[in-house]
Amino acid sequence: MVKTLKRLYLGLVLLFLYAPIVVLMVYSFNASETRAVWGGFSLKWYQALFMDSDILEALYVTVSVAALATLASTVMGTVAAIGIHSMKSWTRSLYMNITNLPMLMPDIVTGISLMILFIFVKLPRGYGTMLLAHITFDIPYVIFSVLPRLRRMNPNTYEAALDLGAKPFTALRKVLLPEIMPGVITGALLAFTMSLDDFVISYFTSVRTSNLSMLIYSMTRRKVPPTINALSTLMFVVVLSLLLFINLRGTSRKKKSLHSLRSGFQGREYPADTMIKEVPRS
Amino acid sequence: MKRSLFAAPYGVWMLLFTVVPIFLIFYYAFTWNGEFTLANFELFLAPEFIGILTFSLWMALLCTLICLLVGYPAALFLASRDFKRANIVVVLFVIPMWMNFLLRTYAWMTLLEDTGLINRFLEWVGIGRLKLMYTENAVLMGMVYNYLPFMIFPIYSVLHKSDGRLVEAAQDLGANGWLTFWKVTLPLSVPGVISGVTMVFMPAVTTFVIPRLLGGGTFMMFGDLIENQFLTVGDWNFGSALSLIMMALILISLGILNRVDPQGQAEGGGLW
Amino acid sequence: MMVEDTHLIDLENCTKEFDGFEALKSVNLYIRKREFVTLLGPSGCGKTTTLRLIGGFEQPTSGRVLFEGTDITHLPPYRRHVNTVFQKYALFPHLNVFENVAFGLKIAKVSRQDIKRRVGAMLDMVGLCGYEKRDIEALSGGQQQRVAIARALVNEPEVLLLDEPLGALDQRLRKDMQLELKKMQQRLGITFIYVTHDQEEALTMSDTIVVMRDGRIHQIGTPKKIYDEPKNAFVADFIGESNILPGTMLRDRLVRFAGTEFVCVDSGFGTNEDVDVVLRPEDIDVTAVESGMLQGVVRSVLFKGVHYEMMVETGEHVFKVHSTDLTPEGARVGLVILPDGIHIMKKQDEGGMAV
Repeated sequence: MVKTLKRLYLGLVLLFLYAPIVVLMVYSFNASETRAVWGGFSLKWYQALFMDSDILEALYVTVSVAALATLASTVMGTVAAIGIHSMKSWTRSLYMNITNLPMLMPDIVTGISLMILFIFVKLPRGYGTMLLAHITFDIPYVIFSVLPRLRRMNPNTYEAALDLGAKPFTALRKVLLPEIMPGVITGALLAFTMSLDDFVISYFTSVRTSNLSMLIYSMTRRKVPPTINALSTLMFVVVLSLLLFINLRGTSRKKKSLHSLRSGFQGREYPADTMIKEVPRS
Repeated sequence: MKRSLFAAPYGVWMLLFTVVPIFLIFYYAFTWNGEFTLANFELFLAPEFIGILTFSLWMALLCTLICLLVGYPAALFLASRDFKRANIVVVLFVIPMWMNFLLRTYAWMTLLEDTGLINRFLEWVGIGRLKLMYTENAVLMGMVYNYLPFMIFPIYSVLHKSDGRLVEAAQDLGANGWLTFWKVTLPLSVPGVISGVTMVFMPAVTTFVIPRLLGGGTFMMFGDLIENQFLTVGDWNFGSALSLIMMALILISLGILNRVDPQGQAEGGGLW
Repeated sequence: MMVEDTHLIDLENCTKEFDGFEALKSVNLYIRKREFVTLLGPSGCGKTTTLRLIGGFEQPTSGRVLFEGTDITHLPPYRRHVNTVFQKYALFPHLNVFENVAFGLKIAKVSRQDIKRRVGAMLDMVGLCGYEKRDIEALSGGQQQRVAIARALVNEPEVLLLDEPLGALDQRLRKDMQLELKKMQQRLGITFIYVTHDQEEALTMSDTIVVMRDGRIHQIGTPKKIYDEPKNAFVADFIGESNILPGTMLRDRLVRFAGTEFVCVDSGFGTNEDVDVVLRPEDIDVTAVESGMLQGVVRSVLFKGVHYEMMVETGEHVFKVHSTDLTPEGARVGLVILPDGIHIMKKQDEGGMAV
């Protein structure tokens, strides 16, 4: 009895979370232009979507910025985490505080401060500045994903490699890197999704180039074309399959990946706000 | 090569793209035409701006409260060991967060608009159309919708990790269901509640997209005000002052929250 | 295989500071070829730091480390003919058993066949034949231990450093591994430097024990010598159980403690010098009340497997006594201590030691 009530409650909350998404998805197959009427099943909005150069352009910007920012922030962040890990107490806490800073700052302030910087040094705000901004807010996520792995690592394993004749760089590559790899991957995934989804910071740091979020924002301010419904559905499906892929990847290895996916809220491995996806971006 | 030098490129990067920009905000907030002044802050004391701040705080507070009331039982039930497939249910709660934030908010527009599904349902049951869109409640609804998972997960996480034997021990010592909840489960979940509240309140108080989309610009919230100063009015000095006020507000509320849970954020050794 | 007389490793005046804390205070120590040396002491005594100086993981703040007479103080670990078995093993979790053991050989660019042969032989020696493909995490603690030993020994080092290698194993396994390690060392004819805080382990395995405390060496000697002739109350207390009580040396070979005069074998102390008297529990015999040198009441009896451990109270002192005969609690007994069972030690100047 109590169990049924609990189930019912969870079901209601899930309904609340899913209802808008489902509605969007259903409308994406609506032949009629207005939402008021159901004009029968159709895929025409999907066709229109792939004809819409604005959307395709924004999609390209979103994905390429996310990929480049992820690459840069993962490399820089991983290397930095290794450095920070070996630091003495005061430099270390200085670095940790600076790393925490962008996480504490509201996105709007981060965005504005970068905007001021770019205008101040007369850098035209477009693709490049957006990329710089994305790298900046991505790095802390990588660092906070890698540091716990470093901390959990037996400090002697690196020394063991030296002991067995490996030079420091070899030891780093052959022993340290494989051991922190799960953290690096988690960090990269976090960075990638943060980038994909970002609106506020991109909004302030780029005027000439729009990513998808910015495009959707500008569309909602005018008349919303039904292609957006199709776009939502596609994005949702892509993200969902990405998620499933990540989850299924290497289930043999004790389902580690599911853990890494959920570790965001399963533990305070990194500050709670880096949880599963993002600090809600306003 | 010394290992600590590895962090040097990152240090330079953060100096350029985090420290310097913050410094610029400070600079603009405390100057007018290049001269030091506190006028930007004094300007904020005008009743209309104070009103915007209190309205934002009020909305964020309401949103946090609703999220807590709705989210706590959800987290509690998720963590209760009653369900065999709890893992999958948890993932179900995660998935909507992977939807683009703007699309999620836009979805509510289609539900709430005058000819939206909700109004048509209301018409069908005979209540008739209501004005749902562009109201305070629509904004509140959008905030709760977007931030609810951020309340559920920290609480769930703490409860899930807590030792189930503690509850059993309490029952063994004679506590009934309610007593166990009050004396064991609730205190255990405090750190989760704290981070949940932080994670909902912070973005709720700074948001400008949700009031724009669901409030239709009829309600100015603090985030809107800042955005406005920079992109519409073009008053960087006042905008910077507002940004600093917002950050101070957030740091203060974080400080207060950490006072309640001093050991909670020990990890990371940072500002928290 | 005999310990050779030539010095293999010398530590000369080695001092190590960590952020102002002196972990080692001017340590001098030599280690000979084929010797099984144990660094023994409580945690924080500097034994692991000493080992890490030899391994090359730390450099002394001052002082030198010599290997066969050449200065290796600043030689990095990967250039030393020394291999280490780390505390908690430090195996590479992303590699399997074979890859772990082969790591050093691959780095040294040994040919594939040779790697295969040598790793196989080594796994054979540690009794892990057929475990090549196993995941490290799928092994028991004892098996991981063996992999760690194989991984170090396969490189044919001249010295094997072992940092509390048996600390994580259960009692039974420890005993077996102690014997096995000792046999291995004798068979391979190389030097073992072994760090432990377990005095029993040290006594069983070592040729030489180095007792350390607070960054200083307190005594170096064979197990027998250290057990029988501890240099001070700390060593006595740390090595084996003992009763330590204050006494006064009346003259050569006569000491007074617990209100009674005893004949002993020590001399060379000043007249009426205050000393520490160390009595091993097994050196105190229980007799009838009349024939005892001291009289007391049995306060508690514990059966310890081979012997009974009794606490006997005599006026102001409580003696720990080991005996194979059971004496009931509350019985009045006499205690007899023979001259060679009494060890006299100079008072500790550092204080805090005397019981």
